[in-house]
Amino acid sequence: MEKAKKWPEKWQEVNPGCMVFRPGSTREYHTGTWRSQRPVYDTGKCIKCGVCYIFCPEGCITQDADGYFMADLDYCKGCGICAHECWPGAITMVEEG
Amino acid sequence: MSKRIGMEIALAAAEAVALCKPDVVAAYPITPNTHIPEHLSDIVAEGRIDTDFICVESEHSALSACCGASGAGARAFTATSSQGLLYMAEIVPVVPSMRLPIVMAIGNRAVSGPINIWNDHSDIMSQRDSGWISLFAADGQETIDMMIQAFKIAEHRDVMLPVNVNLDGFQLTHVVEPMMLPDQKEVDRFLPAYKPYAALHPDNIVSMGALGMPDIFNEAAMAKDQALINSKKVILEVWKEWEEQFGRKYEPIGAYRMKGAEVALLTLGSMGDTAEVAVDELRDKGVKAGLLKMKLWRPFPVEELIKAVKGLTSLAVIDRSAPFGGACGPVCAEVKAVLYDQKERPAITNHIIGLGGRDIVVGDFVKIVEQAISAQKKKPKEAYEIYGVRGS
Repeated sequence: MEKAKKWPEKWQEVNPGCMVFRPGSTREYHTGTWRSQRPVYDTGKCIKCGVCYIFCPEGCITQDADGYFMADLDYCKGCGICAHECWPGAITMVEEG
Repeated sequence: MSKRIGMEIALAAAEAVALCKPDVVAAYPITPNTHIPEHLSDIVAEGRIDTDFICVESEHSALSACCGASGAGARAFTATSSQGLLYMAEIVPVVPSMRLPIVMAIGNRAVSGPINIWNDHSDIMSQRDSGWISLFAADGQETIDMMIQAFKIAEHRDVMLPVNVNLDGFQLTHVVEPMMLPDQKEVDRFLPAYKPYAALHPDNIVSMGALGMPDIFNEAAMAKDQALINSKKVILEVWKEWEEQFGRKYEPIGAYRMKGAEVALLTLGSMGDTAEVAVDELRDKGVKAGLLKMKLWRPFPVEELIKAVKGLTSLAVIDRSAPFGGACGPVCAEVKAVLYDQKERPAITNHIIGLGGRDIVVGDFVKIVEQAISAQKKKPKEAYEIYGVRGS
């Protein structure tokens, strides 16, 4: 696999004031790599209330076609707030690795 | 046509800023700069300029408001002193990092404690490496001129950096002097309307102040450093344009009676005018004395300093800020660093004077020059002295 190039390759490429002119580029930075625990969802216990979606500080939880909620592991930092708030106990935090 | 006025310098500074028609002024009162934003608020209330004057609840908010306004493409101005600048300190280095051309007047005042409202340079010296362009005015005329020059320098596309104009608290801010105030037509000719490089607007998407990870931070720091170093070219151009239009000359380091001088004083700000009188007295006595008045503090005028001290055997560097446990005062540290590599350099002495508004009179500079001359024969024990301390 080709090694990803570092940006900027030269300091001259830095935009004045590090301004970012490309909208949505933050999505390319996968903060999920920071995680030490990941949330595991039990659809048998999930009542589709969406409390996890409301409390997720990353906004990385979305609802699927069947109405169940799921964290996008590219961005989930594993904080565990969803598991803490989920009163039916449908979310468990498990160690990564 | 310029008008000859007799006015308190702080008010004249506000009149000069008003001629630059800022879109936003955000400031919080603190002695001794207060009369600048106070008079600006009068000018806004009178409808003489179309400016949003934001009465913020702190200096931290004052510079933050200017930051937002400048990011949205506005010409923004603020002013502060001492603890106010320290309260702003969280935002101060962010402004040049974001390349926002805000202009700030600093009515220089001692940093506490003991609590003190009078002049020295300890406020700006605490922020000297923040990335702002720093100018020092020696009198009322320089204050007016530098206020207007500051906007042109800051907003130049090759600069895009904030500028602070330093005027000594009370010694300048509260003194009435005769000055020439340019008229609106002249300022409009000199200072073009501000065209921002980028402005926060939904139609032209841009993010400012984003996170910079370790992977980019070195490069971002280099870009900021180079921007500041390269700004000197524009500063010199703007000063040349000013001289052509208004006939008043500005240099990074002004020289007074330096021809044939063997010993010289180096000063920042208003004390230069007092030192001029001392140099005249010394010359009358046959001492080959001269004076260097530094007007550009950041970016530091390296080449100009090397050139200015050629032929000197002694140089007395005056600092108006104590280094507290450092090697020497902030100005002297730079001077020594620049001259270390020079084969021929003068013997350098460092005198910390005028702290917290302590009076500096002509006789003090005469004594300092005599000390600098005698230091050639007998090197002083300490690298710097706090001048005029009772009991020492």
